Amino acid sequence: MSNSFIQINNISKHFKDVKAVDDVSFEIKEGEFFSLLGPSGCGKTTLLRLLAGFEYPTSGNLLIDGIDITALPPDKRPTNMVFQNYAIFPHLNVEKNIKFGLRKLGLSHDEIGNRVKDVLKLVKLEGYEERFSNQLSGGQRQRVALARALVRQPKVLLLDEPLGALDKKLRDEMQLELRTLQKNIGITFVFVTHDQQEAISMSDRVAVMNDGKIQQLSAPNELYKNPKNIFVSDFIGETNFLKAETKSSDGGFINVSIEELGEFKIKNNLNIAANSSDVVCSVRPESMMISNVKSDWDICLDAKIRQTSYLGEMTRFYVEVKGIDKTITVSSQHFDNQSFENNECFISISLEDISLLNKK
Amino acid sequence: MIGYWKKVYAKNDNVKAYTLLSPALILIILAMVVPMALMLSFSMFTQVNMMEIDYTFTFQRYIDFFQKNLLVTLLIKSIKISFLVTLITLITAYPVCYYIAFYVKKNKMLWLVLLTLPFWTSYLLRVFSWKIILGTKGVINSSLINAGILSEPLTFLMYSETAVVITLTHAWAAFALLPLYVSLEKIDFSFIEAGRDLGLSRFEVFWKITFPLSLPGVIGAILIIFIPTVGDYVTPALLGGTDGRMLSNMIQAYFGKINNIPLGAASATIMLTTVILITIIVSNVTKRLTQRLT
Repeated sequence: MSNSFIQINNISKHFKDVKAVDDVSFEIKEGEFFSLLGPSGCGKTTLLRLLAGFEYPTSGNLLIDGIDITALPPDKRPTNMVFQNYAIFPHLNVEKNIKFGLRKLGLSHDEIGNRVKDVLKLVKLEGYEERFSNQLSGGQRQRVALARALVRQPKVLLLDEPLGALDKKLRDEMQLELRTLQKNIGITFVFVTHDQQEAISMSDRVAVMNDGKIQQLSAPNELYKNPKNIFVSDFIGETNFLKAETKSSDGGFINVSIEELGEFKIKNNLNIAANSSDVVCSVRPESMMISNVKSDWDICLDAKIRQTSYLGEMTRFYVEVKGIDKTITVSSQHFDNQSFENNECFISISLEDISLLNKK
Repeated sequence: MIGYWKKVYAKNDNVKAYTLLSPALILIILAMVVPMALMLSFSMFTQVNMMEIDYTFTFQRYIDFFQKNLLVTLLIKSIKISFLVTLITLITAYPVCYYIAFYVKKNKMLWLVLLTLPFWTSYLLRVFSWKIILGTKGVINSSLINAGILSEPLTFLMYSETAVVITLTHAWAAFALLPLYVSLEKIDFSFIEAGRDLGLSRFEVFWKITFPLSLPGVIGAILIIFIPTVGDYVTPALLGGTDGRMLSNMIQAYFGKINNIPLGAASATIMLTTVILITIIVSNVTKRLTQRLT
């Protein structure tokens, strides 16, 4: 496994005044399931299109398997793409769609037949050879698009939000299937999505993008547990933000005053400067507890519940803590079957679950 | 009585449908079906002399048509002129539509309006304006002579087949632009990107994806230009001279000056049948061809 199968070196792409991709550099390993995650307009699709050759960078260069592809047109690149709308040619049937990309590879008639047969088996579409795009369901179309790209045996498969058009249940199924498929064939996948759950559940590594820049590039669990900034923390999963100010630094720890709650000593993983008000504390819903009895956790606050809304696995509480209105989200399992007398409750947080982040 | 009809009307969807269709139906029957039937029946009569028609049923007029070399030649010439007009229009209009559909990002409508602007003036005026451009003392000839490139005017420009082809091409271009534009506009650009992604060059992508997908528009444009131009008689009458005369001019003469209505009707019927046959063949061949292409 090479560590730099795809090299993205100082890539920028400007559209007039808009910096869609702004001086981005990173590497993707061979055989990796790599996701580009971010809100719409963050530059993730532009970056994918730069890899495919539909756009050319304003500056920087791209290498795949040691070869500079920066100036190569799409048909000369070792990549293939699964389009967001699948782009199944409507005038060709499934078989011809899949064969379409093989005509320039100089394969023998038998070889073409075998490859088509194999790939149809791989995506479980045997027997659909004669169908046209308008005779297929969304999920089947997605499989055809996948087969058409994979049959060329590209070094890198690019996927542009391929699951976006499917309903939730089918999407979950396809996530698992794509992941298994990728592990079986071992091709490098670069997957673009705005769905954080999708990126987290499928990928080996995820690059979170915003404003044309990489905000954080790490394994999915790292993104959740150790977000590097407020954007990542907010974008990945649900979280509660608490206003904070740093005081004196103390080795790997720092003294932080959190809103009206008081001063606490917490871990300073990100080397955040002392005496700064440009910081914020983040606490994940499952690290908070709401109860009707006092707990022995590091922080335990009296609060009054004004309103609750049940969201399924999480519940949102609109509470008043020390005279301040606050919205907090808590895992539903942490307060199940509890009744609150006069809406009085206790909110408990453990210090080790508080992450301190820079606002910018 | 009225109550009875109200009941019938409320219960029967067919009655409702025909009531709604009746204005259009009456118009079509009076303006299309009746004249066609008259034309068909007249083509089977015989003109005895200037005033008299023999109403005995005969196919002789159709035989007459094919025995008269002039008529067959004119029919072939009409088809040839229309074919040329259609081909030139397609070749010139297609790239324009392609450009507007894929490369113009803003104000596509403005482009289309500007392109069709000349067509807001009357057909006849446009034909006359070509007379001014193509004539022996017209814009082209006089400027070429003044520039010293020519000593004598080009005669093939005016009162010729060339003049008819040029004028008809210009006159009908707008009608080709619209179906072509609509069919190209509908093509998702990701199909073209997918083609490139799957290893094809720009040229191959055009022939294997863009062109086949725009085929409905191409066939539409062919029919919309070919059908009216094959029967056009204004342009050949004004600009065609003897060389550019078409079958429709002859048909007009049979109904007028020559006064042989049955032979005129037979010629018209033959022309109609030929046009129908050609359109069927053209659309089938085009479809077959693109299937071969892809």
